[in-house]
Amino acid sequence: MIGYPLNDLFGGLFLLNAFAMVATRQIRGCLRFFLLQSFCLIASALIIGLLTGVRELFFVAGINLLTKLIIIPWLLRRSVPREIYARREISLVLNVPLALLIALLIAVFSFFAGRILTAGTAAFSTNVPIGIAGLLIGAYTIAVRREAVPQLLGLLSMENGAFFLGIGFSPDLPLPLIAEVAAAFDTLIVVVPIAILTRNIHERSGTTLVGSLTTLKEERAP
Amino acid sequence: MAVHVLLNILQVAFVLGLSPIFVGVLNRLKEVVQSKRGPSILQPYRDLGKLFAKDEVVSSESSWVFRVAPYIAFICPIFVALLIPVLTRFPLFFAFAGDMLAAGSVLALGGFFAALAAVDTGNPYGPMGASRTRMVSFLVEPVFMIVFFTVSFVAGSTIPYIVQTKWVTPPGSFFEPAHLLLLLAFFMIVLAEAGRIPVDNPSGHFELAMIDESKGLEYSGRAAALVKWGGYMKLTVLMIVFLNVLLVPWGLAATPDPLAAALAVLLVVVKILGFVVALVIIESSLSKLRLFRITEFLGASFIISVAAMMSQLFSGGAP
Repeated sequence: MIGYPLNDLFGGLFLLNAFAMVATRQIRGCLRFFLLQSFCLIASALIIGLLTGVRELFFVAGINLLTKLIIIPWLLRRSVPREIYARREISLVLNVPLALLIALLIAVFSFFAGRILTAGTAAFSTNVPIGIAGLLIGAYTIAVRREAVPQLLGLLSMENGAFFLGIGFSPDLPLPLIAEVAAAFDTLIVVVPIAILTRNIHERSGTTLVGSLTTLKEERAP
Repeated sequence: MAVHVLLNILQVAFVLGLSPIFVGVLNRLKEVVQSKRGPSILQPYRDLGKLFAKDEVVSSESSWVFRVAPYIAFICPIFVALLIPVLTRFPLFFAFAGDMLAAGSVLALGGFFAALAAVDTGNPYGPMGASRTRMVSFLVEPVFMIVFFTVSFVAGSTIPYIVQTKWVTPPGSFFEPAHLLLLLAFFMIVLAEAGRIPVDNPSGHFELAMIDESKGLEYSGRAAALVKWGGYMKLTVLMIVFLNVLLVPWGLAATPDPLAAALAVLLVVVKILGFVVALVIIESSLSKLRLFRITEFLGASFIISVAAMMSQLFSGGAP
């Protein structure tokens, strides 16, 4: 039976991408890791769908494929100036090893929490802790990054984590399809205003560093 | 019994004799990628031959450490080659003399003496490079530990032969997230330990930027040849551990007959050449990290290894 280990494999990759999004300095790299993470989510949904025969999971995979791998990258590329993607975030809030260590603690906590949550259910025991970890590390990414686009990607990866958690429970309590659809399109609705706002802020103030938005453009110019 | 002794000798001869050619292929391919012709793949042998023929100069200020260190740096990889499955799937003589931790510590012993010898002569670049190698290796050390702990959780042992049989038999456990994360973490520390490009530039000749090379600066003649050869063998041994124990544990001799051993030699060479191609791709597409970014690189590999251990302990992978 190759399905279970393969699902575990995508779980491991999912977690790895969550870590990578905390630590990558390049914004384009961050976007790439987000796409890879979404791909792991889709793969896991398909595998669990095939293993359990829960029909909704194929829809989940389809919706995620459409929104996360096609529409969101397209939207981000269109609405956020190209120059932002080439940028590196030099001054992180925490330095990279420390940021990663805290992310690791979050992951350890989620593995403990996942154990409690899955006790006595038929849930997939890798999806639940890794989903919680994806959710919390996504929130933590928002806190630890200073550029607007990685923060947005952190928000989206929280949502990825929630999906990953959700599909783990699908054999016990399959979510109604409408909820999945709503959640997926919610993220689109989040992406559009944030991306447009980022673009405007960039045009107005020449930066997307969230922390330095309180100063005027003229003040900052050397 | 006699066959086992022969295989042991073959194992050492493989590492001793073929390690320069792997480095030669690596250097040649790197130049080819940059659309140059590059040196012959036999160049490392010629370098070694030339150095062995030359006279040796030893500073009168240096102590015995300086004179002994090249021999230790040369012998340590050979010891490690005895502990790991180079060609055979069944344990040979020294298989149970030490586990992967012992292999790591033997390699570290070579590094320790190399660092001492670099400090010994009073050349200003030596101690600088030595302190950098120490920095890299103390960041590598926890990753090594965690990787081996994870391996022992998976396979129930840290003896490389037993670990190898664990991965080789059911292809199912091969796809566990722990295994994949472990591979990535171990690959990163192989790059760091062998002084390859994201951490250190092995072909750089600028003393201020040197990490691993600087320890050989003061050596000449036979000692320089031994230090160089030791470096080649260290890279080969690390590649063999990575490939034969963790990444592609297939294709080793299952029975002690000469034909199987010959086939294993061929397959291991093919595997190592594949790894060399991967190294060439990495070295041609990445640039060397700044010194203080190395902590980030190795910090990431530490996180990956701990994630591997967690996913092994907490999730479905429990045996």
